[in-house]
Parts: sequence; C-alpha cells; structure tokens
Amino acid sequence: MALLEVRDLEVGVAIGGKVLPVVQGISFDVEENQTLGIVGESGCGKSLTSLAIMGLLEGSMLRLTGGSISFNGQDLLALSPRARRAIMGDQMAMIFQEPMTSLNPVYRIGDQIIESLRQHRSMSQRQARARAIELLDLVRIPDPERRVDSYPHQLSGGQRQRVMIAMALACGPKLLIADEPTTALDVTVQKEVLDLMLDLQKRTGTAIILISHDLGVISETCDKVVVMYRGKIVESAKTATLFSNMSHPYTQGLLASIPVVDHDVEWLNAIPGRVPLIDEVLPGCAFHPRCSFAQASCATSPPSADYVSDDHLVRCHFPNDRPSGGEAGGDA
Amino acid sequence: MFVYTFNRLLALIPTLLAASILVFLFIHLIPGDPASILLGDTATPEEIAELTRAMGLDKPLWTQYFIWLSNVVQGDLGTSVFFREPVLAVIASGAETSILLACMTMMWIIVLGIPIGILAATRHGTWADQLASGGAMLFASVPTFWLGLYLILIFAVGLGWFPSSGFPSITDEGGVFNLRYLMLPSLTLAAPNAALIIRLVRASMLDVAREDHVRTARAKGLHPARVAIKHIFRNALIAVAAAFGFTFAALVSEAVVTETVFSLPGIGRLVVQSILRRDYPVIQGVILIIVIFYMLINLLVDLAYARLDPRVSLS
Repeated sequence: MALLEVRDLEVGVAIGGKVLPVVQGISFDVEENQTLGIVGESGCGKSLTSLAIMGLLEGSMLRLTGGSISFNGQDLLALSPRARRAIMGDQMAMIFQEPMTSLNPVYRIGDQIIESLRQHRSMSQRQARARAIELLDLVRIPDPERRVDSYPHQLSGGQRQRVMIAMALACGPKLLIADEPTTALDVTVQKEVLDLMLDLQKRTGTAIILISHDLGVISETCDKVVVMYRGKIVESAKTATLFSNMSHPYTQGLLASIPVVDHDVEWLNAIPGRVPLIDEVLPGCAFHPRCSFAQASCATSPPSADYVSDDHLVRCHFPNDRPSGGEAGGDA
Repeated sequence: MFVYTFNRLLALIPTLLAASILVFLFIHLIPGDPASILLGDTATPEEIAELTRAMGLDKPLWTQYFIWLSNVVQGDLGTSVFFREPVLAVIASGAETSILLACMTMMWIIVLGIPIGILAATRHGTWADQLASGGAMLFASVPTFWLGLYLILIFAVGLGWFPSSGFPSITDEGGVFNLRYLMLPSLTLAAPNAALIIRLVRASMLDVAREDHVRTARAKGLHPARVAIKHIFRNALIAVAAAFGFTFAALVSEAVVTETVFSLPGIGRLVVQSILRRDYPVIQGVILIIVIFYMLINLLVDLAYARLDPRVSLS
C-alpha cells in the first residue's frame, strides 16, 4: 500500500450557485521515500490538487466534489476536521511558492517554528526553541542561535524559504508537498533549496510531491511524473520512461519550450494558444485547439486515459501514431 | 525609542504655539466682547470701557497674546472672566467628568468594537456578519445628539434604568455607583466610534485572511480560532491601532454635543459655554489642554504601532 493514494479526485469552484469542475479524475500514488513531480502550465490545477490533499480548500470558493484520498491507510476525507488538523503540519506538511509572504511578518521566525512544534508535540517552550535552532541549522541558516529571533523581513527570500522548509520538517512529516518552492527565488538559490530538500529527504525518508512548471527541475529530482493539463492528468510515468518516450503532445510541447543553451535560436518553442478558461466547454480533448497533431475526432470525443506500457499512462487518441520528441507546438 | 519619544515631545512646543495663535485669532473674530456680556444689557458705554481697560482688552491683539503666553510659560493660564477663578481650577472641575466619560467610552469602543468585528469577519457572509455590519452602518450614520435623545427616551424616561442627566462626583455619596450617570452618555459617544472599529476590524481581518501567511498557519494544523486570533486579528490590529488616534479626535468634538445633551459638567460643555460667555482665558486654556492630549494620544498610537509591527522602525 502506498503512503498516499489519490483516486478520481475532483475539485470544483463555486461560482454563482454553480460548481464548475476545475480538477477531474486525478489518481496517483506516492510511495515512502519517493518524489512525485506534478508539472503543467499555470492554471492547470496543480496547486488545487495539492491544496485538496493538504486539506486547505476550506474557506475558499473551491470544493472537493469527488474522489478519495488515502494517507498512511487512513481515508482523509472521512476524518473529522479535528483529526484532519492533527495530521496537517505533523505527518503531512507543505511549502508554498511565495517565501516573501508565506511567513507571518509580526512574529519571530523561531516562534513560528515553535508554534508548529508545540501544536503537535508536547514540548516545553525551552525544548521547542532548542529544536527550532536545530532545524534552522539543518536547513543551513547561518548563525541559527541569533537568527531564531529574527523577523521574516530581516531575511532574504532564499533564507525565508529555508525557514519554511524548517517549519514544514519540524514534526518529521511522512509527506512533504512543495508547491513551486523555487519559482520565486534567484536561479542560484533555486538549486540550493532543491538540493537541500533532496538531501533532507535522503536523511529522513520523507516522500515529496514537487509541483513545478519546470520540466528540467522535475527531470532532475523526481522518481515519477504526473503531467496535468486543464485539470486532468494527460500523461504520467516513471521519470526515466517519460523522458525517453514522451507520448502526449502537451508533454512534448513543454519539453520543447525549454531553451537549449548551446543552440542559437531566434524564437523559443512556445506552445501556441493558452489554457482554456474553466467555463469554456470543450466536448473533445481539452488540448486539441493547441495541438498540431489534432484530427477531426479530437474535437468531438474526449480521449480516455490508457496505459501505453507498464505505469505509463497517456490521455490521447493517437499516443503512438506520431513521431515522438519535441515537435509539438511549432514556432509560435 | 527614548530618543524618538523625546523628539516627539519636543515637537509639541511649536505645535502648541501654532494652535494657541490660531485659537487666539479666531476667538477675537467672534463679535461681542466679554465686558459687555458680563455687565449685561443695562451697562453704560463708560462702564464697559472701564472693565475692558481693567481686563487689558484695550491693548493691541499681539500684546494681549504675549502677555497671555508669558503667563502660560510660568504655569498661569489666567483667570476666568466669568467664574473669577484660575482657569486651571475651572478646567479641573470639569476634568473628572470628561476623563471618566472618555475612559468609559473607550471601554465600550474596545469591548463592543473588537469582538463584534472579529465575529463579523470570522462569520463572513452569514446572518451574524450581516447583522453586525448592518448595525455598524446604522450606528456610524446616526447623529450623536439624536442617539443621545433616544437613549434618554428609552432607558431613562421609559424603562427608568439609568439617570438622564448630570453627574455627581464619584467622591460624593453613591461612590463608583455614580458611574451609572455616565452609562447613557458613554454609550452615545461610543456608538459611532465602535461602529467604525467594527467595520475596520472586519475589513482588515478579511484582508489579512487572504494573505499567504494565514494559509501557512492553517497548514500547521492550528485550530481555526487560533488562526483567527493569533494570525489574522493580530495582524489586522496594526491598522486598527492607527484608527484609535483618529477616534480620539472625533471623541473630542462629539463629547461637546453629548455633554450638552446629557447636561454633564464636563470640559466639552465648558468650552461651549465659555465661547458663549466670551470667556477667552478658559477657551484658550481648554484648547491648549486638548491639543496636548491629542498629541500625547497620537504619540502613544505611534509607539503602539511600532510595537505591533516589527517592520516599523522609530529611529
């Protein structure tokens, strides 16, 4: 049994009495000690999926409308709010995209880590403070004894994200969800933060869900990859399988859009068009208006998700009838 | 912080000078002079001229101002034309009522404004929120004198729960129970200001609730009440604290009306009556004291602001 089993997850947004589906039929497993990458453009439902797993949809316009989430053998959706909160921040923790705004500006960083510790562990203030200093040291914040009393505005973006990681790891979670943890950081700091997360994973055995729009980051760090487009999984496979045999034109387009350093190109290979809005009705494949291989049937019937090989799932009418490898998209 | 406080106190001096010059000029613009008002309708022009000379009012305006100023610097605010008592003693006689009224009013503003504001924000969109927001809108719009009269009508005349006017000192018979005389006036004064605080607490909390760090707090598995108070309200308090400075300014002018409606022997009513009596020394003295209070309260607000928000630096 996997640590996290997500089955047919559906999330909708409540607008004017109606609930429009934004995430549909999401199913995946995350094993202990494994890193799962979720990749896709902005607005494809990556973050919503992670917030739904974490239990943070409450109080917004978003509703979990179907599916199941099993974590460590427990059905998360059957738990009382209190039992759910006991898991949040303890066995399951999350790091967010915006380190500059994700820490409360009026409290010292040490106190924010201590809050997490004392919420889930019976510790004295003194013990928790000592542990907070250890955690800051673990995430390589220099001079942690002094820094523990700093306010967030006294730290750089990279340091704040390290504090977020320290806070997320405070109770030794089994699952860490990282929602674009490096997007807001400088490129040099990005690598440090990613390396730090993977290094800590090696030591603690934490499973990680890494959400990113950067296939490069995903290919270097993840064991398995889920590619999402407009709220659905369009392709998922082990990282090695996916990168050797990309079967969905969207995945190919994402890879083709990464500029290659030693090629002198005038135009980057972008995927033409944009992600359809949530209230746009597309009876066929949601990607067909942007797909250069689209056939007549793509506009009328939705493709099902089928295995093209073991563990390699593709949602496309013609997964094998095209030359594979970075030709989708074209010059836009 | 001590340097900052000292500098702010030093800045009081030019502000007080400017305020006193303005007040001095304005009260001399009002037609009518104290001598003729004191002597009444039957006074002859000679009597009026003699009293005017005796009070020094025949001297040029700037001379009068400097005489007054040099006395103030020596701690002498002058003598009331009407009461023939030192101005400080006249003000002190109204101070008890006004200070107790201000304290009770502030208590109501905090006790009503903050919890109802938090309730409206945490129950955002429910009937409780609509009731609180609607009620706040209503009380923010009602004029003080009208609300005062209706409270008298309902709670003093109708139900007979509270007295409708006057205020015997708490050192008199009845002791602290005499504070019931201030019940209706303080509620009248507090209503529009508490309404303002309700709306401000609600709006600030809803703003803060959308911030990323609140999501971080919820992701820690904290109880929603703890998130609301420790993370949302605590951050919203920064904006609310700033509003207390303005609230005090509003209180001063509304107190004038309220003390008149409830016939309270306070400083607000003293100002109105002194203006009617052209009691220049009392008007000058009261305004000086109000300006000092206003500036001290705003200094306190700024110091509180820096304590509430670590990003604010006072140096």
